Amino acid sequence: MHIMEGFLPVEHALGWSIAAAPFVALGLRSVRRQLNEHPEQRMLLGVAAAFSFVLSALKLPSVTGSCSHPTGVGLGALLFGPLAMVPVGLVVLLFQALLLAHGGLTTLGANLFSLAIVGPLVAAGLFRAGRRLGLPLAVCVFAAASLGDLATYLTTSLQLAWAFPDPAGGFVAALLKFGGIFAITQIPLAISEGLLTVLVVNALTRFNADELRHLPLFAKRGAQA
Amino acid sequence: MKKQNWLLIVAVILLSALPLWFAPPPAPGPDGQPGQAFGGADEQAQQAIGQLAPGYQPWFAPLIEPASSEIASLLFALQAAFGAGVIGYWLGCAVTRDRLRRQAGEQATTPEDTAC
Repeated sequence: MHIMEGFLPVEHALGWSIAAAPFVALGLRSVRRQLNEHPEQRMLLGVAAAFSFVLSALKLPSVTGSCSHPTGVGLGALLFGPLAMVPVGLVVLLFQALLLAHGGLTTLGANLFSLAIVGPLVAAGLFRAGRRLGLPLAVCVFAAASLGDLATYLTTSLQLAWAFPDPAGGFVAALLKFGGIFAITQIPLAISEGLLTVLVVNALTRFNADELRHLPLFAKRGAQA
Repeated sequence: MKKQNWLLIVAVILLSALPLWFAPPPAPGPDGQPGQAFGGADEQAQQAIGQLAPGYQPWFAPLIEPASSEIASLLFALQAAFGAGVIGYWLGCAVTRDRLRRQAGEQATTPEDTAC
């Protein structure tokens, strides 16, 4: 999902950076507030951040014959809410942009928007909806993490199609082209991310049940049960 | 629960490994040479931009490029190792805490152990 350095026109690069900036501020505030109220959750936040560090470093082969990587931000979005993943995504993207020439500073806003804003929002929203419908926890976690991952790559396709419409077919043709590169490649990876997130949540519910009870998205379930 | 966890791990390994055999061979490039298999989707998008907007020039270059693909894989490995280390630390702490709690619970219920 990394749009390469310099590969967005100046207006788009600026626009996405401005759009992402308030989320960074809100995300930092959200993390600070949650850690102030529940300092014992520092370990879990570390686990959520570490999970996205691992998954976003793993470039996996896919059915299209190319490689891509999962995002790993779904887990943190379920535990701490979507905003808390914005600072985590920022750290990952800055590390890769500055040291690896993977992504870039000019495309940081756009990449942050797809990875750390749209993905976690979709994941947390789906998780909440699924729990409200009374679906089993594992089903909700899987759907939220895998579809959140896919949403990130769809967003990247939309961003590129908007910046580079097809000369003949316009926005839609470009979207199909970028979607074919990103979204189709991502399907098996998104499934993997969903399964791995279920694995971690299984361990969390077994070993960290007390801490989970104080987390916003999990707490409602505890109140209902 | 344990069985479910192992099934999840096996499924992830299969999902990651099977494409190596079942993915279509790469399309030949403009020079007729077979294309590179399992390249990055990010680079493919970069090529697609080149096709859609042939005149587009990137207006900013990365400040530091990894000196080689070996250095790049070193940095990616460091990123993954750091994350895996944190997760391993948590899992070790969590399993040990769980075991100690259970032992404490057993001791509390056995009357002859009340001395400690």
